[in-house]
Order: sequence, then structure tokens, then C-alpha cells
Amino acid sequence: MTIQTKARLTAPYEDRIVTAFTACSIVWAILGMTAGVYAAAELVWPQLNFGLPWLSFGRIRTAHTNLVLFGFGVSALIGTSFYSVQRTSHVRLFAPWLAWSVFYAWQLAIVLGAWSLLAGWNGGKEYAELEWPFDIAITVAWLAYAVVFFGTIARRKIAPIYISNWFYGSLIIVVAMLHVVNNLALPATLGKSYSLFPGAQDAIVQWWYGHNAVGFLLTGGFLGMLYYFLPKQAEQPIWSYRLSIVAFWAFVYSYIWAGPHHLHYTAIPEWVQSLGVVMSLVLLAPSWATMINGVMTVSNAWQKLRTDPALKFIVLALVFYGLATFEGPMMAIRSVNVMSHFTEWTIGHVHSGALGWNAMITFGTFYFLVPRLAGRPLHSVQLANMHFWLALTGTLLYILSMWAAGLSQSLLWLSLDDLGAVRYSFVDVMRAMAPYYLLRLLAGILFLIGTVLMAVNLLRTFAGVRTVEVAPPILATTHREATVGTS
Amino acid sequence: MSFLGVHKAIERNTGLLIFGILIVASIGGLVQVLPSVWDDSLSTPAANVVPYPPLELVGRDIYIRESCSTCHSQQVRPLLAEVKRYGEYARAGEFAYDRPFLWGSKRTGPDLLRVGGKYTDAWHRIHMIDPQAVVPASIMPPYPWLAERQADAGDIQTRLRTLRTLGHPYSDEVIDSAPAALEGKTELDAMIAYLQGLGRFAGGPDEHAEH
Repeated sequence: MTIQTKARLTAPYEDRIVTAFTACSIVWAILGMTAGVYAAAELVWPQLNFGLPWLSFGRIRTAHTNLVLFGFGVSALIGTSFYSVQRTSHVRLFAPWLAWSVFYAWQLAIVLGAWSLLAGWNGGKEYAELEWPFDIAITVAWLAYAVVFFGTIARRKIAPIYISNWFYGSLIIVVAMLHVVNNLALPATLGKSYSLFPGAQDAIVQWWYGHNAVGFLLTGGFLGMLYYFLPKQAEQPIWSYRLSIVAFWAFVYSYIWAGPHHLHYTAIPEWVQSLGVVMSLVLLAPSWATMINGVMTVSNAWQKLRTDPALKFIVLALVFYGLATFEGPMMAIRSVNVMSHFTEWTIGHVHSGALGWNAMITFGTFYFLVPRLAGRPLHSVQLANMHFWLALTGTLLYILSMWAAGLSQSLLWLSLDDLGAVRYSFVDVMRAMAPYYLLRLLAGILFLIGTVLMAVNLLRTFAGVRTVEVAPPILATTHREATVGTS
Repeated sequence: MSFLGVHKAIERNTGLLIFGILIVASIGGLVQVLPSVWDDSLSTPAANVVPYPPLELVGRDIYIRESCSTCHSQQVRPLLAEVKRYGEYARAGEFAYDRPFLWGSKRTGPDLLRVGGKYTDAWHRIHMIDPQAVVPASIMPPYPWLAERQADAGDIQTRLRTLRTLGHPYSDEVIDSAPAALEGKTELDAMIAYLQGLGRFAGGPDEHAEH
């Protein structure tokens, strides 16, 4: 071993980039949730659109989903994956300069992307609205992310690749595939392109993407986060490593089929819809296997819940993960879907996952991570507890109001009178939504306040210090002897 | 070799793990999505479906720009109450010239697949500029800027040619005369033309029986 390689292997972890991604993620969370709250307010008071193009509901809502998904969510995922892949590989991040390029490219794409959406550049496909120049830039940045991540794994000093890295890996690989195929389009001008797929085929491709963006970004990626940060916080090993293996492959295999449940009773072939139902029900098994594995991992550390706000967030996230992954397959059944499709129930379901699962686990992870990056304890545990209750109340109020709204909506829409005519006009049903929209706005505000408290708390924790340097542990034996050269 | 024994190879090899994920995650798409993309019955236009005339195409692109599909679906499901409320249910052949598709996933406002001809142009004009003037309880945002902007952004021919490359049968004549067709029209005119064209497909039960 040359001196140079020895230096590389014992070089400290590249953690400043984790701090940078965490900080940006929190900024995007606040901006994205603010956009969501504003959109919710526009549904209560349409005057808030002010007749301005960039402030109108359609554009604000698109900015909201893109900021929280790709700004808040993806920044958190990339940051935490860089943190955990180094520690599970006992090696410094591969090509830190490339990792920093990913950081700047991604943040620039979010800034310009959000601006382009508000300016009306819109591809028209849900959760893939960004136009083709952004699609290409994102693809390049994502490939660079893949090189850094898998490059780090390839240089690891521990023979087995830890489970969290498989989940983060599935995020990287499958999202790349989905993103490229779904955004295939012929550009007409710089800000306008036309999809390569027409009508019904475009719908099938879009929901293969749309559902699996949920699957591999909001589930796969965040399960990677769970599998590293939950055992760390609970100070317990994974309850069953074997179960995690089985659940992983079942998850990767079955998720991809479930997209057509977004297209029940539409003009796509019935066999495609039916296959979507069956595989959505199958999906319950790996989802709950993972949920149970997580809960059992904490089962010897319940007492920590009294004192550790970070763990509280993560356990709550697991509960909502279990709820949302039960609700999803139920909504995929055609006779249930008749009631839920096109209604507020869908919005409620998305937010039980997005707020209850994704946001909560990210908050928990940040409360764990930032004190370690700063090298000192959390500024205020009390403030974090306040955030916990605000987030929980906000989430519950959000999903309960949208459940009630959605069910009322479909019951009223589908109601026929004795003569077989529709009983309620569309405007009547819309008017009935007003109280639920107000409750949802309140829920969003509560959740947003909690997020701001977290930002203040973490900022105070980090104020005036730099990211702590941590070196990989030096172990007596080279634990990769058996596998050197095979990867 | 035990199950975990086989897995030991995968979990110790970066390349195997990457390819394993890629292959396992591709199966669903190969069996379910790819055949649909090759299924011509999903992309063949129904008998009376034609590509959007230039003015309607501009209107459609504005509809996309403003994310109208966030609140308005264009997909009538074959449910009694839905057919009674909106009209004929949707058929795949109606959407052969829709890039992207605009079926939507949420109805904050009503479905628009069959809205063409239900209201007058004058009604749409007032409604787009000030929705509450004609529907007091409406929560739709106003779109006053559409009346102030010209429909012809100078790129209509590029757009039509792009779509022709994708297989939409626009004749040279249509493309040559497109700027003239947009002459003096506002974005609002284009939007109204698009909305009034929606639902033109009049296929009844008989047409459906042929399939």
C-alpha cells in the first residue's frame, strides 16, 4: 500500500456536503410548504390569485409539489445518503469534487426550475412538469450522483454492502430509468416540447413514472434513510436482516407494476388496470414487512422515546408509513377507487405519506444529524418536542379533513335521484368543500410553523461552528480481504 | 446453497447489486408498459378525430402552461352518474393527438372532456376573466392576462412541424396559413376555441360496438 492510498483511506469523511444538503433541504421545505399553504388559501379565498399569472393556483401548486419533492425531499436524500454511505463503507466519499458539482447543479436546477414553473414552462405531466432543458440537466446531475454513490461503495472496506445502501441504490437506478423514459419528448422551442407518447399510451407511461417516483423516491430512498438512522438512534441492530433482504427484492419487483391503479375506469386496456390492482395488493406484503421490521427494531428501546425527540419523529413516521401503505392498496381496488379517484381523498392519501412519513422521518433524521455535524447537543429539546406535536396535529388534521372531504365529494357526485338524474350540481358539491378546505389550510399552517421551529432550532445548534471532521475507524484487520477485486 | 448464501454474492458486489436492481425493477415495465406502447389500438385516432387546428393547439398549450389539468380532468369514466353529468365516456381513440395527455388526477373543478358547445363563447370570455361574475360560488382563479396577450408567439409553425414529425398529419397548407389563422387573435380566443372544440367526438353506443 502506497503512502498516498493510505492517506486516502484514512482521510476524514466528507461531511461538509452533508451540512450543505441539509441546510438547502430545510430552506426548500419552508419555501415549498409555504407555496402549499398559499395554494390551500387560494382554494378558500380565490381573490388571493390577484389576477397575476405567477401567483395563480395552477402555477403555485406546481411549484409546491416540485419544491417539496425535488428540493426538500431529494436534497435530504442525497445528503443523508452521502453521510451513511461513508459510514457503512468506512471510507471517504468518492470524488468529492464531483459530489460538490452534484450539490451546486441540483440546487441551481431547483432555483431555475421553480422560476420556470412560475413563468409557465410546463411539460404538463404531473410531478414531471419541468421542461426538457431541465430534464437533461437533471439526468446529468443524477448520473454524477450515481458515480459518487456507487464509487464510494466500490471502495468500501467492509465486505457486505449494508442494506440502507441497497435502498438508496434502488432510488438512484430506478428514478433514472423512470425520469428518462417518461420525459422523452420532441422539443419545439426552448420552453416547449411535445411528448413522444400520444394520449392513452402517454397516460400509461406517465403513471408508471408517477407511481414509482412515489415508490422509489418517497419510499425506496426514505427506507434507505430509515435503515441507517433508525438503528443508529435506537442503538439496536435491525430486528431481522433476512426479512429486510426479502422485503427489499419484493419491493423492487412489485412496486413497478402498480402505476395503472391511477387510471381505473379510464381509456386504457382493462388487463393493464387489473394487473395494477393485483400488484398493488401484493405490495402490501413488502411494505408491512419493512414497517414491522422497523417497529421491532425499536421494540427494545421504547424508553428512549421519552427523551429523544429525533427517535419520536422516526417512530411516528413508521406508523404513518404503515398507514399509507395500507391505504394505498385499498385505494387501488377498483370499487374503492371509484370513490377515491378525482377527489380530495387522493390529496389526503398523498399527504399522509408525504407529511406523516417522508417529512417526519426527515425531521427525525435532521434532529439526529445536525448535532453530530455540529459536534454539540441540540439547541433545544423542548422546541423539538413542540415541533413534534405541531407536525402530528397538522398531519392528522390534514388527512382527516381530506378523507371527509373526499368521501363527501364522491358520494354527492355519484348520487342519482329517483328519476335517474344527478342529484347535486357540481357547484353544490364544490360549495360543500369549503369547511374542509379551511381545516386543511389550518393543518398546513400548523405543519409549516413546526418546520420553521425546526429550522430555528437547528440553526441555533449550528451557529458559529464548522462541520466536525470525523475519520473512518481504523480496524485491526482488513475486512475486505476476501472480496478485493470482485467489485 | 441457502437463500442467504446466494444473496451473499449479490450483497458483496457493487456491479451485481446494480444489475440486480435494474433487472428486477424492469420486469413490470417490460410486461405491462412496453406492450401498451406498442398497442396501436391505443394510438389510432377514432374516425372523426383530427389534429388540433392551429388556434386550438395554441389554446391547448396555454391550458398546459396554466396547469388547468391540476383542477380539471378530461376523462369521463363509464359510470352512470358520470355519463349523466358530463356526457359520453372517454375512448382511447379520442386522445391520439394529445401530447401530453391531459386526463388529470383531481376534480377541484368539473371534468372538461365534453365541455365544448355547452356554453357560449361570450360566457367563456366573461368566465375566464372573472369566474365569479358568472358562477358566484366558483373558486377558480381569474385569467385576465389571456385577453391581453397575442395568440401568435411567432413559433406556431415550429410547433406544428414538431407535431408533424411525431405523426400528426398537418398539411403544408395548414402550416403555411397558421400565422394568418392566428392573426389578431388573443390567447383568450385560442383558449375558448380549444374549450369549444373539446367533446367534438360524438361517438355513441353504435360507434363503440364496432370495437
